[in-house]
Amino acid sequence: MGAEGQEHLWDKEVKGHRTYNDIRIFTDEQLKNYTEEELKNFKGKHATPMLDELEKGPWPSFVSDIKREALHRNKLGQDNLQIPAEICDDLLGIVELSYRDGETHWKHGGIVGVLGYGGGVVGRYNDQQAQFPNIAHFHTYRVNQPGAKFYTTDWLRGFCDICEYRGSGMTNLHGSTGDLVMLGTFTDQLEPIFFDLTHDLGVDIGGSGGNLRTPSDCIGKARCEFACYDTMDMCYEMTMTFQDELHRPAFPYKFKFKFDGCPNCCVGSIARSDMAYIGTWKDDIRINQDAVKAYVGGEIPRNGGAVQANWGPFNIQEEIIDKCPTECMNWDGKKLSINNPECNRCMHCIDAMPEALRVGADQGLSILFGAKAPILEGAQLAVMTIPFMYAKKPYDSIKNLVRKVFDWWIEEGKNRERIGETIQRVTLKTFCEVLGIP
Amino acid sequence: MSKGKLGYFDPKKPQENRITDIGPNRFEQMMPPVLRKNYGKWLSHRILEPGLLMHVSETGDKVYTVRAAAPRTLSVEYIREVCSIADKFCNGYVRWTTRNNIEFIMDNEKAARDLKKELDSTKYPAGSYKFPTGGTGFGITSIVHTQGWIHCHTPATDASGPVKATADVLFDYFKSMKLPAKLRIALACCLNMCGAVHCSDIALLGYHRKPPTIDHEVLGKVCEIPLVIAACPLYAIKPYTTPEGTKSVTVNQEKCMYCGNCYTMCMALPLADAEGDGIAILVGGKISNRITTPKFSKVIIPWLPNNRPRWPEVTNVVKKIVEVYAKDANKYERLGDWAGRIGWEKFFEKTGIPFTEKSMDDYRLAVDTFRTTTQFKFTEHAWAVSKAVGGI
Repeated sequence: MGAEGQEHLWDKEVKGHRTYNDIRIFTDEQLKNYTEEELKNFKGKHATPMLDELEKGPWPSFVSDIKREALHRNKLGQDNLQIPAEICDDLLGIVELSYRDGETHWKHGGIVGVLGYGGGVVGRYNDQQAQFPNIAHFHTYRVNQPGAKFYTTDWLRGFCDICEYRGSGMTNLHGSTGDLVMLGTFTDQLEPIFFDLTHDLGVDIGGSGGNLRTPSDCIGKARCEFACYDTMDMCYEMTMTFQDELHRPAFPYKFKFKFDGCPNCCVGSIARSDMAYIGTWKDDIRINQDAVKAYVGGEIPRNGGAVQANWGPFNIQEEIIDKCPTECMNWDGKKLSINNPECNRCMHCIDAMPEALRVGADQGLSILFGAKAPILEGAQLAVMTIPFMYAKKPYDSIKNLVRKVFDWWIEEGKNRERIGETIQRVTLKTFCEVLGIP
Repeated sequence: MSKGKLGYFDPKKPQENRITDIGPNRFEQMMPPVLRKNYGKWLSHRILEPGLLMHVSETGDKVYTVRAAAPRTLSVEYIREVCSIADKFCNGYVRWTTRNNIEFIMDNEKAARDLKKELDSTKYPAGSYKFPTGGTGFGITSIVHTQGWIHCHTPATDASGPVKATADVLFDYFKSMKLPAKLRIALACCLNMCGAVHCSDIALLGYHRKPPTIDHEVLGKVCEIPLVIAACPLYAIKPYTTPEGTKSVTVNQEKCMYCGNCYTMCMALPLADAEGDGIAILVGGKISNRITTPKFSKVIIPWLPNNRPRWPEVTNVVKKIVEVYAKDANKYERLGDWAGRIGWEKFFEKTGIPFTEKSMDDYRLAVDTFRTTTQFKFTEHAWAVSKAVGGI
């Protein structure tokens, strides 16, 4: 469970941990209730000639997958489900109708939720209720994903049972912000789902509306040698610290945190978060000269083996030295040297020779503000604002900075104005003054 | 888990037994033990073949990751099948990536290769692969995308359908690593751009071409008019009172560029239209700071039709762009860096995409995007301009 003292609830390495069998809804027989033959011959309730075309081709077909769930639900029967067994049939039907009409068939908006919270559920109703009654409601539940989207199958199977019993059985793994998305349920199931999630799965819901949205992170130190701070731990700590801001909208508009371990930005923080935390270092790149020679000698494949095209032998001058954006590198035929004070830590040489070069050892993060999509004042990439901060648990200095930002923006931001637009309107200089930046 | 209509929830005592603010599950408990043991101790990695990664720790441990595509919109039956595979090969652990691929992580190379074979042989009865492996290195990985007609009320196109059609056409690039650099494709079904469209190598964007229709009778009742007016980036919306005295708004059709933001704020201003709606193509964005700084994608094709169910006009042009880029770009060069180096006039010429005035920025800071230098390359388009004004 996320809650204190429950950090090991699902840990299979810890005695007495919770398992799928402790919370399951469906029996093994119910889960394996159809054959491949039945699936092959399955005809949905509605004819879907256009969607059927999307079952062809090699890429995993979402149509084939929805059909599988439709069959499974039909065979489970209405007695074993809390919302219509035929919801997936009607989902296929309404999407087929959209394909025919070239327009969406979801009504505008929808305000639903759970008591105590102001966000987390996106309401949705279709505009052809008579024709598709089983999908009259089709609300989305956002569930806060664990760090870097790691799961045990015990937990995931429990999640699946809730989705199927109280929802459509369809999901998104994952929403772009990071949440696990339960796609499609009825209003009367929102509270029961919330109780199941918090009591049995030990997980909370994510954010929506004018609030802190669900933070997300790259895989960081769990499986990456480039990570300059503990993205997963910090993402978790910041999510827990700002639970109130996440669940109860109090902001002018949405606000997102994203945590990238290095400037490669695998979670896209620089483009997709209002406050981007990007790992960096302030000492020297660590060089293993023997490994450099092994790259030059062709013993180690370039860029971790990412290149299958025929590029010829590795040419360190052409591929590394000449590509360096600050021209701060030199190769004299025997030794690689880097003029580190001139390096801007773009990651190219490290990405290209990961077995020879390592990020520095004196690590922290940069903070950039204000990335957003185009509406209203144009798209923005995040602005480098704080060059370096140490990111050591419990991250007090960073949390204090965040509180300063929230306090100011809640006061200063206009209705539906992203912080990037507020900064643009009041000037970056003013924002720097607010943060106490000289 | 609870059963019955209300489960654990008692509507007569709604606050009783309610647990709140517990956040996500703590991540360590979900991580394979080999990752917990080597947390923060990684030294380097290699891609052994498309879809198979190896990470090496300072403890000497190695972990193998098999990456497989998933369609993002998943049934629980799909997830359960993933769980069965993870139980069989990975002791019950699995993860998803930031681009919605699935990763199976284990400490045994042979098991990883066996798993890869199994994943690559699993198909739906209709023929598509369930978990094709790939998506690593300098190729094309999964397409980040949105809700489309499956769940959203403001889209100008579908998401899952065009993504499936495009990924089918580019399947070989998912299974291989033969491009000059990685190439990221994203789709958003309207210009709210949920996701990564504004910063992707190739972006598909749902786009309207007609102004909203106005339901004067209900607008004042269901919409907060000042919010509607403030929602317009071009100040095309004004308050209006009908002859019958009903409060509403007008939309100046000459000023409207069909962004749809007023509809987001007000249900009485729908603008979806089967003939008008379609997909714009943008290229050249990136997020990483590698060599060059992050970049926005630029509009190169203003509109292609929503030709259901397979969007052939869209998939053809995406394939063409990828092929020309693959042939022409330098080592490590992302698509936007390549287009910038050869010059955008050459990008249009080499890809055979006609340049139209729709690619010329006309929004506020547009002047920064104009060419204020004599540096250009002669293209057919340049000659056409010179001819048109009687220069040649």
